[in-house]
Parts: sequence; C-alpha cells; structure tokens
Amino acid sequence: MTSLAEGDFESSTEHLLVLEAGRAERHYWRDIWHYRELFAILAWRDVSVRYKQTVIGVAWAVVRPFLTMVVFTIVFGRLARLPTAGTAPYPIMVFVGMLPWFLFSSILSEASNSLIANTNLVGKVYFPRIIIPSATAVVALVDFTINFAMLAGLMIWFAYVPSWRLVFLPLFVVLALCASLGPSLFMTALNVKYRDFRYIIPFIIQFGVYISPVGFSSVIVPEKWRFWYALNPIVGPIDGFRWCLLGAPLNLREFATSCAVIAVLLWLGIAYFRKTERSFADII
Amino acid sequence: MSNDVVIRVEGLGKKYLIGHESERERYLALRDVVMRAGRNAWRKTADMVRGRDIIAGDTVEEFWALKDLHFEIRRGEVVGITGRNGAGKSTLLKILSRITEPSEGRAVIRGRVASLLEVGTGFHPELTGRENIFLNGAILGMTRAEIKRKFDEIVAFAEIEKFLDTPVKRYSSGMYVRLAFAVAAHLEPEILVVDEVLAVGDAEFQKKCLGKMSEVAAGGRTVLFVSHNMATVNRLCQSCFLLDSGRIIASGDAPSVTARYLVSDAGTSAMREWGDAKSRPGDEVARLIRVWVKQNGAISDTVDIRYPVEIGMTYDVLKDGVNLLNSFSFFDAQGTFLFTTGDFSDSDWASPRGAGLYTATCKVPGNVFSETVIRVVAEVATRHPVYHLHVLEYDSVGFQVVDQGLPGSVRGPWGAALGGVMRIMCDWATVPGPGAHPARPDRALSP
Repeated sequence: MTSLAEGDFESSTEHLLVLEAGRAERHYWRDIWHYRELFAILAWRDVSVRYKQTVIGVAWAVVRPFLTMVVFTIVFGRLARLPTAGTAPYPIMVFVGMLPWFLFSSILSEASNSLIANTNLVGKVYFPRIIIPSATAVVALVDFTINFAMLAGLMIWFAYVPSWRLVFLPLFVVLALCASLGPSLFMTALNVKYRDFRYIIPFIIQFGVYISPVGFSSVIVPEKWRFWYALNPIVGPIDGFRWCLLGAPLNLREFATSCAVIAVLLWLGIAYFRKTERSFADII
Repeated sequence: MSNDVVIRVEGLGKKYLIGHESERERYLALRDVVMRAGRNAWRKTADMVRGRDIIAGDTVEEFWALKDLHFEIRRGEVVGITGRNGAGKSTLLKILSRITEPSEGRAVIRGRVASLLEVGTGFHPELTGRENIFLNGAILGMTRAEIKRKFDEIVAFAEIEKFLDTPVKRYSSGMYVRLAFAVAAHLEPEILVVDEVLAVGDAEFQKKCLGKMSEVAAGGRTVLFVSHNMATVNRLCQSCFLLDSGRIIASGDAPSVTARYLVSDAGTSAMREWGDAKSRPGDEVARLIRVWVKQNGAISDTVDIRYPVEIGMTYDVLKDGVNLLNSFSFFDAQGTFLFTTGDFSDSDWASPRGAGLYTATCKVPGNVFSETVIRVVAEVATRHPVYHLHVLEYDSVGFQVVDQGLPGSVRGPWGAALGGVMRIMCDWATVPGPGAHPARPDRALSP
C-alpha cells in the first residue's frame, strides 16, 4: 500500500524535487536557464553599484589601463627595446594584449570574492550558486567595452588600420571569457572553503602579468620554453587578439595547446564548483 | 489520495562537525602553544589536501542538528514547526528550501517552493526602492514580468510611494522592513516556507503581515511556518510539529502540540504535585501540595479562550492560629504581570485558622486572557502583623490559551493578530447618525 502510494507520488510528472545527500542535480543546466533573470539582475546590480557613489565613475576604467599601457610601453618598448608584434606601434600592441588580460584579472579577482560578499544570499535563498561568480563577468565585460573604445581611439591617434581579421574578434572574446571563468570558478569554490585563497589571488594577478605576453610580444619567448609558456591559459586569447587585430602571426600548435588548457580548466572549475556548491551554505 | 502529498520527508538527518578546544590544555606554556599551533596547522593542511572542511579547535565532534525525521504534508495545509532555540527548526527549513543538503535520508517536494527565511534578503543599500523591488523579487524567484504586474500592489502595500526613487539606505528601518515584506508577500509559490519574519516591524505592520499569511493559506497553498510564538502558530496553523534536539517529539493538531511545547519549555504543566513533604514549596507556616488548571471539569494545559478557567491549589497549614490569604498571580509568555487575585471573599481570611489541609479554587471568566501562554504564580501569605509570603511558587502551572476564531470569542471573525495582554468581551453598538449624544448639557455639538 505504502509502496504503491510512493510510486504514484514519484511517478507524477509535475515539478518534482528530490533532496538527498550527495545527489547530483538532475537538471543543473536547465535550472540555471530558469534563473537567467536573476543572473541578469545580479549583473545589473553589480554594474550599477560599481558606478554609483564613485566620483569619476567610468574614468577609473579609463585611467588604469591607460597608465599601465604608458608604463609598459616605456619599460618594455623604450628601455628594453623589445620588438613589437607585426607592424603595430608598441602602445597599440600593449593595449591589445591588455584587453584580454584585464578581462581575465578582473573576473578572477571579482569572482573569487563574490560569494563571500554575498554571504547573506547564499545562506538565505536557493539559486544555482554559479550565477553569482558568473555575474561578475558582466561587470568585467562592461569595462572591456570601455577599454575597447579606448583602443579604437588609440588606433585613430596612431592612424593604424586593423587587420580584416577583426571580424573574428568575438570568438576570441568568448575564448578569453572561458579562460577566465575556469580558474575563477575553481578559486571561488576554494575561497569559500579556505579563505587563504583570498591572499593568493592578488599574487597570481601580479605574477601573471609578467609571465603573460601583456607588455611584450610572444615572438621574443625562446623556442625551448615555448611549450611551457603555452600552458598559460591567457596566452592563447592574447595571441589570438593580436592575430585578429594586428595581423601578428599565430602559432597554431601553441594556440591549440592553450585552448586545450582552457577547456580542461573550465571543466575542472565547473566540476569542482558543482561538487562543493551544495555545502556552501554550511561553511560560508 | 497520494496526489495530495506535496512534501514527503523520509529519515531526514543533517550532521554538522563542530570543533572544540581541548580542555586539558587550559594552562599553557609557550612550548605547548607552539606545539598545538603546529599540530593544528598540520591537521588543517592535511584536511585541505584531502578536500575536507576546516574545523577550528583540537577535537572534532559530530553534531546531528536533525535526525531521523519522517512526515508528510498535504496540499493546502498550514503546518507550524515549533521548538526551542537549537531544536533544528531552521535547519529543516534550510533543507526544504534547498539552501543546504541533508546528510542522510531524503525529502521529496512537489511544486515551486519559496522561502522567506529573512525579509529583505539581498537588498542593496545603494539601490533605490524601485530597483530593490526588482532585485529582491528576482532573488525570491519571481520573474520580471510577474514583478512588473504586481509592482503597484507592492508599492501600495509597503506605503513607500514617495520614496520609490530614494536609495534604501536612506529609509527608516520601518520603511525598509515594510518594503521587504511587501515584496515577499506577493510571492505566489505552491509551497511557502516562512521563518519568524513576522517578528519584525511595528504592531500595525505585523497585523498586516498575519492577514496576508492567512490569505495565502486560504488560497489553498501549502505553508510551513516556523515560530516560537504559540499564539500565532495556533491561529494560523491546523497542524504542528514540535522539534526537540533534532527530532519530532510531538505532532498533531496545533493546540495540543503547542501545549506540549509549553510543558517542555516552561517545565510546567496543567498540574503540579509535591509528594515529599520536605520538597514542598513553603515554610514552617504553610506548604504547597498541589496546583492545577481545569477547564470544563478536566485538567487541561490548553484552554479555550471563551470559557472560564479554574485554577486551584491545596496547601498544608502547619501552624495553628495564623491568618492566611491565598492568591494567584498571572503572567503572560513575555513575563508581563497581568493581574493578581486573592480570596478576599473568605470572611475569615483575616482571622486565625487551624492547622490542616486547605483547598482554594478560583474561576477566571472566559474572554479575559489573550492568546498566549499563561504562567501562574501561587501564593499563600500572612496579612498580620505585616504582609509576609509563606508560599511563593513561580510558574507553578501554565497553560496555553487558544482562540480558534469560533463564535463567542472577542476576536469574532477577525483573522489577524489582536494586540494587548488581555481580551475583554465588550458590548459594542455602531449605528448610523450622531446617536444620542452623552455630552454634558453645557457643551453643544458644534454645527
């Protein structure tokens, strides 16, 4: 009798939710789709809060990359006399590399703190947790757009015409986003559990800007280091950006390596995040 | 029949790991501190490598916040969950609203669940009232279209029309809470899970909130309501669970379960008896033997608000020739002193009595107490030469006053909260026109 009732109850096709220890979410991606409006509104909140109550607002998104570009051009271009990529002026080469790098570094630093900053939400309501770190990517994309407009201005200033391969840029933006989200999700989940990672991230970013081709071009990297160099997930997007905007050569084998690393990191990040997200509310 | 079940819980349990600082190392030398820090750092690193959670302290203990829960809730039921602090109520709600996962067992839920564990979840102080309505609505699971449709209603309910475009950090706390509750109140899930959110706001607003809750319940939706407030649970819920240390210790209709809560919480019941002569409350003049609460002739810890309640006590007078006065004092759940009553009618309370047993009973009329837990203080005192208490027993007995909204109570058909510490039945008459004006003749009604 009981078992019959149970059968009836659970075979019903209505929205049915089973909560069990260690149970994998059956409709994980559908659930995320269902919460797309929350994603949009959280992203909008992050963007709007970021520019409220800051005196010069958008200017911060302009000043930081501009000064970085100036310093890198002087240090690497003028003082160290490193070669540029293709025919582009050194400042443009640096700026093109900075676009994906800033996207990567701001997603990594914002996302990894996002869950902790939203502790009250995590402990009080259910929604797929992945929404919160992913929403920070939208803020980074807004900054990216501003930076891109600056690049356009810079190209006009130097009277530089970008390559026709510009049309492929959206693909590389997606690649850069994937490269950022993988490590970010991994770090976000780790940061909830072990707060030590809060101190590691600024270090990664500080260190990363020198081992990634931001202030210099990939062509100067010696041949024997190339394989290890290509394992850096952000090398692929930066070289891709320079390929499609500046017509710089793209080493396909290295690019494929970088893409493979990005795919593995993205898979690892999502898998680890999913594995730990059910216990976030208990440990945050 | 099984189609009615919207929540089924089978063997549900939730375990937490808690750490302790070890006791034996209270007095520490520097060497011990260094060694302990080293050991803990080693253990934490090992835990991290193995992917386990980090627990502060030297020894780790398992703690079951919930254990072996079984129950079913049917569509349209309003179920109360009560229990002391730490009984596991909030953990249960967190599991049912998917915030945390159970450690064992399972829960099957049919229908969309919305949980109100706190009003104003996700409110951002920098954003305006309008923006926060959309933000909070989305967080609680409403779609944008749904919020747009209900927007005006929400604003009207919260009474914040003028401040819609002001950042909520400039709101008064009352406005903030009203706005937060207004958004939550307009959720339309099949199952609504509510934690004690009603404990916020002024009395006026609480009334509004309770009205909204009853409305939701009347609309045929399932409501799970967690509260300490027995009066609210009794009024809103048909059935109720009583949790204690993570287990259900009583379930059934709300009045009888809330009465159990009273017993377990206050340590009192409808009848107390002290058998052993030495342990009886009192002194060398008088000692209390028994105190009880009766309604309709039966001992009962739940009383119907409409009918008289009989409180009685039996005490032993140990000394001849003392003038004694017996009385009861009544306190509500919040500890408010309601009133005191003594047997002044007894013509010889002022004259000396002989030793022996005495029994005093007192009948409090119906429609006097409000819907709360009443705690009774039993007193036996000497009046002469100075007032002196021989027996003073706090919380001697306690009972829950229940108003189910049946005819004959002060409440009548009013469904929401009624404030005040007493419920007195008054004669009311409301007629059209100015009526017979009782004013003094020298003060005419102004034209």
